Amino acid sequence: MKSMTRVTSLLCLSGVLLILVTLASLRWGADQVSFNTVWQALRSTHPQSLDQQIIRTIRLPRVLGAALIGAGLAGSGALMQSVTKNPLADSGLLGINAGAGLMLTLCLAFFPKLSTLQTTIGAVVGAAISAGLIFAISSLKQVQLNPTTLVLAGIAISGLFTALSEGLALVSQLKQDLAFWYFGGLGAVSWSQLRVLGPILLIGLVLTLLLAPQLNLGYLTDDAVQSLGKSLPLLRLGALGCVVILSGISVALVGTITFVGLMVPHIARWLIGTNYRHIMPLTLLLGATLTVSADLIARLINPPQETPFGIVISLIGVPFFIYLARKEPGNL
Amino acid sequence: MNLIETKAVSIGYAQKTIVDQLSIQIPKGKITTLIGPNGSGKSTIIRALAHLLTPTTGAILLDQQNIQTIKAKALAKKLAVLPQTNATASDLTVDELVSFGRLPYRRPLAGLTATDHQKIEWALTQAKLQDLRHRALSTLSGGQRQRAWIAMAIAQDTETIILDEPTTYLDLTHQLDVMVLIKQLNQQAHRTIIMALHDLNHAARFSDQLIAIKAGQVQIQGDVNTVMTAANLRHIFQIDAELVDYHGTPLILTYNHCAPTVGDSV
Repeated sequence: MKSMTRVTSLLCLSGVLLILVTLASLRWGADQVSFNTVWQALRSTHPQSLDQQIIRTIRLPRVLGAALIGAGLAGSGALMQSVTKNPLADSGLLGINAGAGLMLTLCLAFFPKLSTLQTTIGAVVGAAISAGLIFAISSLKQVQLNPTTLVLAGIAISGLFTALSEGLALVSQLKQDLAFWYFGGLGAVSWSQLRVLGPILLIGLVLTLLLAPQLNLGYLTDDAVQSLGKSLPLLRLGALGCVVILSGISVALVGTITFVGLMVPHIARWLIGTNYRHIMPLTLLLGATLTVSADLIARLINPPQETPFGIVISLIGVPFFIYLARKEPGNL
Repeated sequence: MNLIETKAVSIGYAQKTIVDQLSIQIPKGKITTLIGPNGSGKSTIIRALAHLLTPTTGAILLDQQNIQTIKAKALAKKLAVLPQTNATASDLTVDELVSFGRLPYRRPLAGLTATDHQKIEWALTQAKLQDLRHRALSTLSGGQRQRAWIAMAIAQDTETIILDEPTTYLDLTHQLDVMVLIKQLNQQAHRTIIMALHDLNHAARFSDQLIAIKAGQVQIQGDVNTVMTAANLRHIFQIDAELVDYHGTPLILTYNHCAPTVGDSV
């Protein structure tokens, strides 16, 4: 049992941390600016200098995108772990990333003239198709939507879609383009994408927070939940919907970054206890903080070159994860 | 007066019928226990009474109302269920687990009300868990954990509590703890109790009514002295039991296999 003061202070602390790394991300990069310039750029609608322009048109969407994507990936990881009762679950497990990947490949192969935004939306549709298929498959039999059928259907879909998109990429010689898309990282996130996808991500995050108290039911058996008068299929449908929005968009924007969704919910749980009412907000904040700082480090390691930030996330995350796992044995 | 009644209820999966034309009556305010060999359909009946399974034919009536027509949340205010396995919860504290019992009463997004806290407190007191309330379930003994699960059902504040083999895997003392707690709920809080039990001596000692099930059908139902006879035990379990009368309750001293008699299905 973690006391309320601990919960509140942890949430405040991680909120402050997020603001700090966000400001640092705006200030530091290949081009160094002062905090004063950052402040001016944020306040004025008409940037006066090149520095202010860089901050407003390049760094700001990038940092906002990183925060939203990080929160989204971490949140969908927590959703998946509760709904599938599987501590190793994330959106990759349900074939949602593979669905987004396949649609992305299809767009690049057959409609190369589509804008980046249109292609991104295509990938989100792909994620939704995956989720829909998984739902259809796991409710084909008369068994209810239970965690095992959900995961099995996800693995099957994932395998099929990955094979299809790799085959297609090979045939149409798209390997390079896809790699570019995926390794482009957060640098490719633009205002035009954010203007459309940002609000949707925000709605997804709010829905996830609203759903959080219900996720505690994942600790009970299905029988127990049902006898408490709760509808499991409805809860699972809601959770899956949120995962599609959050991870579908994230994958479409920056490619598959599995580690955030897997790791951040565990870190949050270690810090704040077992109640998803507390876990979820902390997960979102930590996910955003981790992604923003990883992106900052990726830009600073070897400027002006960018190190792929997935690698940075693993480099920060894994040692911390191992440290926590060793500190509290029996919790992993 | 009967609280729960089944009318010609059959339950099965696909082609296989597990329970056939079951008609039983559960009296209000009493402890009714289902006994019978493994695979006899006890758990299936318990799950159907708890509305975790839907009968293929027939109707289950709760207070004269078909259980199918009662909304899930409303039913959860009348009927608390303790399923046989509750394995998943481990990091939860006793407090957190018991608060789940208040779910049927909570509005979406609202926190616990004063009534909720009061009921949770009462449930913890009944199950003697006040000192363990902040402990994680994983750190409790099997008996303490089972009491925590029962406390969750108590917090649900229902007229009826259904328990599927609540003493499985517990040692003698903890079995007794659980049985005494159940009896106390019945006597002091006037809960109607329906359960399945394997231990016949416990069933005889703590129940008002026994229902003996074999091959998905009721063999005999009635008060303890009517059901717990050597002849009935031979028919239901294929055992020769040494029964004695202990303060008015039948008690099995020991038992042996017996050859199946003609007409019995094995």
